[in-house]
Amino acid sequence: MSILASGTHGGLAFPVLTALVLVPLIGAVLTAVSSNRRPEYTKLIALVSSVITGGFGLWMLASFETGDAGFQFVSKHQWIESWGIGWHLGVDGISLFLVVLTGVLFPLVIIGCDPHHDEKPYLAWLLLLEAGVMGSFLSLDLVLFFLFFEIVLVPMYFLIGGWGYDQRIYAATKFFLYTMVGSALMLVGIVTTALLARNDIGRLTFDLVEIAEQGNFAASTGRWLFFAFAIAFAVKVPLFPLHTWLPDAHTQAPTAGSVILAGVLLKLGTYGLLRFGVYLFPEAAVWSRSLFLTLAVIGIIWGAIAATMQTDLKRLVAYSSVAHLGFIVLGTFAFTREAIGGGVMQMINHGVSTGALFLLVGMIYERRHTRQIAELRGLQKVAPIFAAAFTVVMLSSIGVPGLNGFVGEFLVLIGSFSTARWWVVIGATGVILAALYLLWAYQRVFHGEPDEANSTFRELRLREGMVLLPFIGLIVFCGVYPKPMLDRIDPSVKSLLERVEEKSGFVAPDMVHVETHEGEG
Amino acid sequence: MSTVEYPSIDWLAITPLIILLGGMLVTLVVAALTPVWRRGTYALATAVLVVPTVIVEMVLWNRIGHEGPVSIINDALSIDRFAILVWIAIAIAVALVSLSTAEYLRREDLDGPETYALYVCAALGGMIMASANDLIVLFLGLETLSIALYVLAASHRRRAESQESGLKYFVLGGFASAFFLYGIALLYGASGTTNISAMGEAFAGGVLTGNDDAMLLAGVALLLVGLAFKVAAAPFHFWTPDVYQGAPTPVTSFMASVGKLAAFAAMLRVLVVALGNRADDWRPVIWVLAVASVVIGSVLAVVQSDVKRMLAYSSISHAGFILIGVEAAGHGNADGVASSLLYLVLYGVLVIGSFTVVALVARTGDANTGVGAFRGLGRERPLLALAMTVFVLAQAGMPVTSGFIAKFSVIKAAADSESYAVAIVAMVASVIAAVLYLRIMINMWMADPESGDESREAVRVPLTAGVVVALGAAFTLFAGIFPGWLIDATRDAVLR
Repeated sequence: MSILASGTHGGLAFPVLTALVLVPLIGAVLTAVSSNRRPEYTKLIALVSSVITGGFGLWMLASFETGDAGFQFVSKHQWIESWGIGWHLGVDGISLFLVVLTGVLFPLVIIGCDPHHDEKPYLAWLLLLEAGVMGSFLSLDLVLFFLFFEIVLVPMYFLIGGWGYDQRIYAATKFFLYTMVGSALMLVGIVTTALLARNDIGRLTFDLVEIAEQGNFAASTGRWLFFAFAIAFAVKVPLFPLHTWLPDAHTQAPTAGSVILAGVLLKLGTYGLLRFGVYLFPEAAVWSRSLFLTLAVIGIIWGAIAATMQTDLKRLVAYSSVAHLGFIVLGTFAFTREAIGGGVMQMINHGVSTGALFLLVGMIYERRHTRQIAELRGLQKVAPIFAAAFTVVMLSSIGVPGLNGFVGEFLVLIGSFSTARWWVVIGATGVILAALYLLWAYQRVFHGEPDEANSTFRELRLREGMVLLPFIGLIVFCGVYPKPMLDRIDPSVKSLLERVEEKSGFVAPDMVHVETHEGEG
Repeated sequence: MSTVEYPSIDWLAITPLIILLGGMLVTLVVAALTPVWRRGTYALATAVLVVPTVIVEMVLWNRIGHEGPVSIINDALSIDRFAILVWIAIAIAVALVSLSTAEYLRREDLDGPETYALYVCAALGGMIMASANDLIVLFLGLETLSIALYVLAASHRRRAESQESGLKYFVLGGFASAFFLYGIALLYGASGTTNISAMGEAFAGGVLTGNDDAMLLAGVALLLVGLAFKVAAAPFHFWTPDVYQGAPTPVTSFMASVGKLAAFAAMLRVLVVALGNRADDWRPVIWVLAVASVVIGSVLAVVQSDVKRMLAYSSISHAGFILIGVEAAGHGNADGVASSLLYLVLYGVLVIGSFTVVALVARTGDANTGVGAFRGLGRERPLLALAMTVFVLAQAGMPVTSGFIAKFSVIKAAADSESYAVAIVAMVASVIAAVLYLRIMINMWMADPESGDESREAVRVPLTAGVVVALGAAFTLFAGIFPGWLIDATRDAVLR
């Protein structure tokens, strides 16, 4: 075994998770105070700190102990002692790849997207955003999580408002307020959860693990609290009918903002539902599953139909996110190993493929200064390599077998079939609709003869290609060989489900039962 | 032969009051006898005066820790940690506001020692209110504070708005004082004493005769009207926007910090110590005041176009948040008092910082307070805009700032008392209020310049005001990340 593997499961002397949060934070401060006269140094500082963060992320991935369901690399310190709030970070199979994706995505975005003006504050906000996202995925303390979850709003608000397009201020404000309404209720929920759990634990603590293991909530209380959390996450996902901020935010955000928003920020919602909603209040989650399954399926269909109708390419991709996230929620509330595992995998897949789609749409905008589908035509003729890259990413988003999107979607659908059959039956049409709107858009934009404005469309440049390469590599690798990923995700999902079964009495039939069940029907 | 019996006096306990009073009188006399001092020296003298005051206050804080609280001058003043914490906060607020006033008065050509003397005078009144153990003494403190504030509000001699603000405040404040005084009279009738701790014992018995009960309830109601006016809680808030907008901007920051601190300290002491056994009678009133304040303050703040008015309405909503802590105290929850205190201290710094920036952006004449005056500040003065961003984000309750800690503490106290409804209403209102803070940020960072913007006077940041802004922003972030010491201090300062 290598040195890296020698110290796993909390034994790692170096607090790698703390570093994952602090390195981008320090990078943000250094970027902000760097000299105005040497802009290339500013960019270098930002790039180096994001690359170091990404490196730590990969290092953590390499030394992650496969098969261990618990939290690893745990870092636990007192922070505000009189209120029982601690600096408690940890990673398990559910958050592992989200952290790695965050670490990988930011350097690529910093290289691949050009803000056009005021690069220094732009980079500082991006790095602050990275610190916030990392912290949200790693926090195992309710208040600490809330802190990161909420602080993410500020850099994203400034990125959309400062570097976005025409309607940027409207979109930024809408994004900020929608998310804040959700988290306002969640804060009350967090405080109440900890105060009620105090009776069982014997002291006030906001530690997620302690509350989950020792806290005992009456069913009715648990349901109220679950909804206080779930509304915040449902806004973030976004779940129908709370999704209306998303198309605006996505369309108006600068490319980097859209990539990060789709890639990792939306996952705060689905991740939060698993980590805080289902884990803390399994009984309430099972009790309300019909509601969430229904909203998820509506989201899938609604998102797909809305995407079909869009004339703006970026808005189309934004609505496709609503549909894709619907699949993840469907998987989450199906409560089977395959469905939740597939949902977790789909979080990564969606991050990779939709992130890449936004990058590509951003490149189209850079060249043509329009995102209107009607104004684009015949790009395949003038930029074949660009078209090829777009094709791969698009097929992954559609969920074509052999690419990553298929694995996640298929697992969700097959896993949900036994416990949420009719929802799956309707939801599965979303797969077909995805093919419809994406292929139709592709046909309109890339096929045909380029008119005058499109005939000068520039081919993919080397730097752009280098940025896209990791995305396409991941798309193909995860599609062909998803086992290493699933092996790391599955144990944590299994232990989460065991907890759900123990607390709620909900037993998911395993796959063998499905067949007999079908025979009877 | 009878001799007059003088009460024995614990001189150390009133040393902070003596330092401020003596310092103020000496400064006034010396300044009257000498030619005009060099720039900034009046403010500096006031700030220096605060240093020994705070040191003595810290000594007192320690002494109380060893020997317990004392009641001095025939039970007129109660020197406990609650009072001392408010004293320290008031003293520091005086120093900060004085520094931020220094260049303001020069810019407006109003320089002189009077403003500072009035600050100190008002602070003395506020300190007496915070420690008063007798309703009459409390009233004296209230009047000392108020009269100084009336004059301060009208102190910009060349602005009609300032005169109007002073007059409005005076007339309405006089009304409120009358209510307050009537309340004292009725409470005296119900309990037979004006002493706050004696009143608490008088009401401890529980059963009062029917008539006394009516008198007590009427007294509590009138007292609450007077106090709610002073803390600017809805529906007694109508003076706030006009007075805050018209008063010279540093004076506004003084009213919003020291005025609120003193009035809330008095309210807490009266409600918890004198009427603690009657909490079931006043708690519903506080509940209504709290909900009305957070909702009305937030909603009306959003539709304003003048930043001073916005912050005035937002101060009403903040008063509502503090009242949530008071409501929790009404459930016998000690954290209710602690959370109110914590909120007051943190908000005091925030509001001084915010108004200092507003005073700078208002430019010469102190009239440029529309939200458009902030347009392009991010390019012109990035550091000032950054500090203002910290202040408004903190007021919106964003984490990693002191504003989050403040909101968290009152929400926690409310949830602990099972007042979930008021906690949820307050959090939703804070989202509404966020619109206003976002508007300020949009103008600073994202708004495109409009015609006429280039010809505007540049925003100058003098050293003293810059120091106040920097200290305020640094404290806001520091207290947001390391709030433990302050939380413990407010917990030690709980009234018992």
